[in-house]
Amino acid sequence: MSLDDLYREVILDHYRNPRNKHGLDDSTVDLTHNNPLCGDEITIHAIVRDGMVVDVAFEGQGCSISQSSASMLTDLVKGKPLAEVEKLILDFRTMMAGKPVDDEEALGELVALKGVTKYPVRIKCAVLAWDTLQEGVQQAGS
Amino acid sequence: MFDAHVIRKDFPIFEKRVHGDKPLVYLDSAATSQHPRQVINTIVDFYEHSNANVHRGVYALGEEATERYEGARAKVAAFVGAPGPTGLVFVRSATEALNTVAGGWGRKFLKPGDEVLISEMEHHSNLVPWQMIAAATGATLVPLPVNIETGLLDLDALPNLLTERTKLVCVTQMSNVLGTINPIRRIADAAHAAGALVMVDGAQGAPHIATDVVAMDADFYAVSGHKMLGPTGSGALWAKPEHLEAMDPFLGGGEMIREVWFDRATYNELPYKFEAGTPPIAPAVGLGAACDYLTDLGMDAVHAHEVELTRYALERLDALGDVTIHGPRDMSVKGGVVSFWYGDIHPHDLGTIVDTFGVCIRAGHHCAQPLMRRLGVPATARASFNVYNTTEDIDALIDALAHAKEIFAGGGGVPF
Repeated sequence: MSLDDLYREVILDHYRNPRNKHGLDDSTVDLTHNNPLCGDEITIHAIVRDGMVVDVAFEGQGCSISQSSASMLTDLVKGKPLAEVEKLILDFRTMMAGKPVDDEEALGELVALKGVTKYPVRIKCAVLAWDTLQEGVQQAGS
Repeated sequence: MFDAHVIRKDFPIFEKRVHGDKPLVYLDSAATSQHPRQVINTIVDFYEHSNANVHRGVYALGEEATERYEGARAKVAAFVGAPGPTGLVFVRSATEALNTVAGGWGRKFLKPGDEVLISEMEHHSNLVPWQMIAAATGATLVPLPVNIETGLLDLDALPNLLTERTKLVCVTQMSNVLGTINPIRRIADAAHAAGALVMVDGAQGAPHIATDVVAMDADFYAVSGHKMLGPTGSGALWAKPEHLEAMDPFLGGGEMIREVWFDRATYNELPYKFEAGTPPIAPAVGLGAACDYLTDLGMDAVHAHEVELTRYALERLDALGDVTIHGPRDMSVKGGVVSFWYGDIHPHDLGTIVDTFGVCIRAGHHCAQPLMRRLGVPATARASFNVYNTTEDIDALIDALAHAKEIFAGGGGVPF
């Protein structure tokens, strides 16, 4: 079990140089979740309009897994239709549950987080941003 | 002569290998301690040879179980310096002990406008029960501040904080984050002069420092069994018997009663008034064995060993460089708990990486979120020591930390 699996370059890159890390004017979704076990915190800002995630950004602090996951998430879902975003969320959670996913390629860089499944305590860190996005999107939809 | 290498052999768990072939470097005793064969064997022996319910049986086996249980009570009472067993209640954890005082004493005696002074370095277990009782009774919680620079309580503020409304002061004997050893007697004297009682959380203290509840003049003292080489599910509340007489029971049920009618009951004498239902019999007997084990080592020797280890740890961490250490540096007021940050590597990441080297540290808020906020950090890494730890354990930690730095500084990957 190698740390390579966990701390792949891409994870450390997103951790050191997070994408889309800022607030959003005119956001329709602003939601903060934290992982009380270790103090990870993620705020998702999104503009959801006409069934699309028009723009998405995040703010937060925490471990490399939680923050890099949030950064990769924002890159992946930006500009995508809600239906597709919901599928991506489902697929990511499936992958993090250690189960196979049909279209892994669609998850792009996020497959780097597959290694987290070998460290069960850290799975919560990886899915924090996704839980937040999912709830935010549901709230926006209703 | 205290030799941790020899003592370590009493603890079967250190034969274990983790992540393949790596020895177990256990530096998380503040979360739970490991157990010597002597304690494990005592529990097994109880179940194999003496097991019956206590205080009831009219048969010999019941008498035997009762003798062992009450014998353990005497041992734990002596271990904390109590004058006798009457004020020593067996519960299942320090948290339960604290809740017993909140629920039995606090609920009865706290009135609207009363104040409970609670230190900012308290574990959630000596905070949340008081929040609940304050909400129920209309009392207010007042913080006793921590000086972040020194890691010590701001005791100069005590005279102003202790008002005629203060009814209770809640303070830890030793912080599970900062390692700070608080001057309980000084705090108790000030509290008593102001007409307040003192609730001391001894969860980290009793395992590591020679404890004397009479010298401390504590009114209530919580013991964590599993942090002092005893089994999980063991713990005790010691209190001055007059307080236990005056307060209400916390849990109701069998054993804590004298007579029961359908609509009311009278309560049993001390300490049984606070032991509802079948008590944690085997765990209590195990805790008694843990007291024997530690008494044989001598608590002064235990403390001296941990001081030495902590001194060594601080030295090596300082030498590593780029390490932020929280809490006091003065070993006269610091126990074997070191909370730190290494560079800006998040404690969670640090913990995961050192784990692959077999090193167990804790990463998180350590059940002290208000303290974390005061420290201005979301979490810390924490290494804590006990009788079975050696300088080699600390060396292993430092090596593992160095590897963590490589991963986060250079590129990914580790050469193994």
